[in-house]
Amino acid sequence: MTPKQKQRFILISLLVVGLGAGIGLVLMALNENINLFFTPSQVVAGEVPPDQRFRIGGMVTEDSVEKLDGELTVLFKLNDSVKEVQLKYAGILPDLFREGQGIVAEGKLNQEGVFIADQVLAKHDENYMPPEVEHALKVSGGDYYNNEAKE
Amino acid sequence: MSVKDKVWLWFHRMASPAYFYKLAGQLLPWSIVATIILMLIGLVGGLVFAPADYQQGDGFRIIYVHVPAAWMSMFVYMVMAVNSAIFLIWHIKLSDIVARSSAVIGASFTFLALVTGSIWGKPMWGTWWVWDARLTSELLLLFLYLGYIGLRSAIDDRRVAGKAASILALVGAINIPIIHYSVIWWNTLHQAPSVSKFDNPSIEMNMLIPLLCMAIAFKLFYLCILLINSRSELLEQEKRSNWVKELVTSS
Repeated sequence: MTPKQKQRFILISLLVVGLGAGIGLVLMALNENINLFFTPSQVVAGEVPPDQRFRIGGMVTEDSVEKLDGELTVLFKLNDSVKEVQLKYAGILPDLFREGQGIVAEGKLNQEGVFIADQVLAKHDENYMPPEVEHALKVSGGDYYNNEAKE
Repeated sequence: MSVKDKVWLWFHRMASPAYFYKLAGQLLPWSIVATIILMLIGLVGGLVFAPADYQQGDGFRIIYVHVPAAWMSMFVYMVMAVNSAIFLIWHIKLSDIVARSSAVIGASFTFLALVTGSIWGKPMWGTWWVWDARLTSELLLLFLYLGYIGLRSAIDDRRVAGKAASILALVGAINIPIIHYSVIWWNTLHQAPSVSKFDNPSIEMNMLIPLLCMAIAFKLFYLCILLINSRSELLEQEKRSNWVKELVTSS
C-alpha cells in the first residue's frame, strides 16, 4: 500500500470502528426499550412502570386455559418457568395459540394484578419438524433438539 | 513468482475492465443454467417432497423464499460494503461498479423478505407487522439500500457519487450484525435462528436440504444479475476506451 492508501485505510477503519462503538453504546442504553416484551418475572418484580400499556411474553401454562361460557373471553396464565401472571383476553386467538406455546400479549395490568390483554400474538419457536416426529417425541417424552425444557 | 505475487497479479487482472467484461460474459450462461437447475430442485423439494410442519402445516413452506431472501439481503449488502471500502481505499473502479450493480437486487431481496415475512406473520403470529428489533432493523436495511440508490442518482459527477454512496454503504454495514444478532440480544416476536446452529439445526433434514438448495440458487441468481448489470455498467463507464471501441467495431 502506498502511504496515501494506508492513510485512507486507517481513516475508514476509524470511521467504521468509531461508528460501531457509538451505535453499540446507544443500543445498550436503549436496551429496555428495544426489548419487545417484559417477562412474567419482571412483571411480578414490579419492573414495569405502573398504569402503562406494555407487552408481556412467556409460555402459556399447561392446564391454565379457561374459556368463559357464552363469550369470547379467555383466561390463561403465562410463565417463564420462574413466575406466573394471570391474563384475561376477549377476542380471537391466533392459530398457533395453545398450552405450552410462547405468546406475546399487549395490554395493561389491573388493580388485582391481572393482565387485561387487547392483543395476543403467537410467538413461533425455531423448531421445524413433521407431525410424525412431533408425535414420536411426545410418546418418548424426549427433547429432540435439546432446547430448554418447557417446564 | 511467489504465491503473493500471483495473487496480486490475479487481483490486478480481475480489476482490468476488459478482462472482467470478457470473463463475466463467459461465466454468465453457466450461472444461469445452475440457477435454474438448483431453483427447480429446491422448489420441488420444498413445495412437494418436504413434509408439512407439525404446527404450521403447509404454511411453513414460505420459508423456502423468505429465509433465502433474508440471507441474501444481508449478503448483498456485505458485498456492497466490502467493495465500497476497496473503492475508497484503492480507487479500483470495478469495485464501485460491483457495489452499484448490487444495490437494486439487494433492495429487491430485502423487500421480498419483508413481504413474505408479513404474509406468514398474519396467520401465524396474528399480525402483519410488529416493531420488534429484527423486523425494524430489516426495514432499516431496505431504507439504506434505497438511500444508497437515491444518493447515487442525486449526484451527477460519477466520482463524487461513487465516493458519497460508498461512505453511506460502509456506515450502513453496522446494521448487518444488528440484524443478525437482534433475535439473540433482545427479546423479539421473530423466532431465533433455526439453521445457523450448524452443529444441531432445529429443522428436519428433509425440510433443510431444499432450503439450502434454494439458498444457493438465490446466491447464483444474484451472481447472474450482478454479471449482467456490471457488464452494462462497465460498457457505459468505459465507452470512450479502446477496448470498448474494438468490441463495438468487431461485432
